[in-house]
Amino acid sequence: MNEFLRPIGVLLWKDILLELRSRELVISLLVFGIVVVVVFNFALNATPQLVTAVTPGILWVAFAFSGVLAMNRAFVREKEEGGLDGLLLSPISRDSIFLGKAAASFIFMLMVEAVLLPVFAGLLNFSPASFSLVLTIVLATLGFAVVGTLFSAITVQTRSREILLPVLFFPVILPVLVGAVEATKQSLGGETLVGLGHWLPLLGAFDALFLVICPWLFSVVVEE
Amino acid sequence: MAGTDNISQTLYESTFRWSHIIRVDGRMNLRGCLLVLTGILMLINLYMIFMVAPTDAVLGHVQRIFYFHVPLAIVSFAAFLVVFIASIAYLFKRDAKWDKIAHSSAEVGVIFITLALITGMIWAKPVWNAWWLWTPRLTTTLILWLIYVAYLMIRSYAPSQSKAAIYGAAMGIIGFADVLVVYFSVQWWPGIHPTPVVGPLAASGSLDSTMRSVLLFSFLTFLALLTYLIMERIALHDTEERVRKIRFSLRRARQDVISGD
Repeated sequence: MNEFLRPIGVLLWKDILLELRSRELVISLLVFGIVVVVVFNFALNATPQLVTAVTPGILWVAFAFSGVLAMNRAFVREKEEGGLDGLLLSPISRDSIFLGKAAASFIFMLMVEAVLLPVFAGLLNFSPASFSLVLTIVLATLGFAVVGTLFSAITVQTRSREILLPVLFFPVILPVLVGAVEATKQSLGGETLVGLGHWLPLLGAFDALFLVICPWLFSVVVEE
Repeated sequence: MAGTDNISQTLYESTFRWSHIIRVDGRMNLRGCLLVLTGILMLINLYMIFMVAPTDAVLGHVQRIFYFHVPLAIVSFAAFLVVFIASIAYLFKRDAKWDKIAHSSAEVGVIFITLALITGMIWAKPVWNAWWLWTPRLTTTLILWLIYVAYLMIRSYAPSQSKAAIYGAAMGIIGFADVLVVYFSVQWWPGIHPTPVVGPLAASGSLDSTMRSVLLFSFLTFLALLTYLIMERIALHDTEERVRKIRFSLRRARQDVISGD
């Protein structure tokens, strides 16, 4: 077990360290998230009642698009600096490489969401202090990270990669989006965990299914 | 060369002698037979849809588009199932045959589901007075369309033919798994809009028995059409591969001649 987890931890720490030194990704995602909320406010010309109704949607559009930006970057540095070849040559299993990358994307997205959530709570006037909301965000972000890392590995080798990733990513991620928005709507409406019905299990099932499929497909996709 | 003589002679004879569509070089040509069969079935189908099927009591003649719309959709699901199976087979066997089957099925499947969406919209406008409603079934179908269009895009954006096959196989597997998840998640999603009063086949209660037979016949016709189109596309893939190989050996021969001097 340790043999499996250690490479993941090392890869995760490498990406976090790189990010801590440059800080470019997290900051740009933060600013982007705020811009999305502001744009929605002007686009919808919202009354307070409308804001309450569309808050889950705005929240998840902001998180999803920030997530896509994070995914776009996941493999670019590896590809350009030749890091991916180095990883493939080392005696780490492909699953570990994938899970390390997915864990890094997951952590970054969670960090961004953790900072964005209080900001949105202020702008959109809701209370973020809810366990079910946090659980929803964690499960949905996990789904984004797993699927996004696989598609990032595919698109980084093609041309037009920045456009292709959203085109591939969003249709596949729609069940997560539906589940996250509905679960957020219910938890903001004051529901307890029980009241979230089938949405959290949907997110969990999606995560479980793609945690099995995506590492296998990653090892297939990344072979020369 | 003997090969080209045979081909041009066959083409000449196919143009003037229909029997050569069904039989080539003394063997039965499966594709040609299927083409003829599909043509005959479709003619009978059109007759049945417009002449035999009774006019719907509520909707009138507009309802006849249902005999195109429903088979197109269901038959395209069959195509996408084939993509899924062929993708898995390709990843395990790495035989180009499976890749051709997957790609061809996806292309024809996308055509059929696009037609299903369009016929659905044509049907929706007079019946629901709206081109589109975000009901579970329509939303699921639109997502299905997006996923397999993405399949075709990732294949065409891939850097090489072998990469295209691998990315396509990955997308074929993920897409199908996702379609199943989407189906369940959208079913649970509360409808924002009112449910249409007259829905597709599964929603409405009883179906007149003549209508049911016409629908079944139409379904078989479109299944034959799907199979024929997929076979034809696979044959086109084979031809493309032969052309590629000929070009490659020509290039090599030319290089040998140049370096030989």
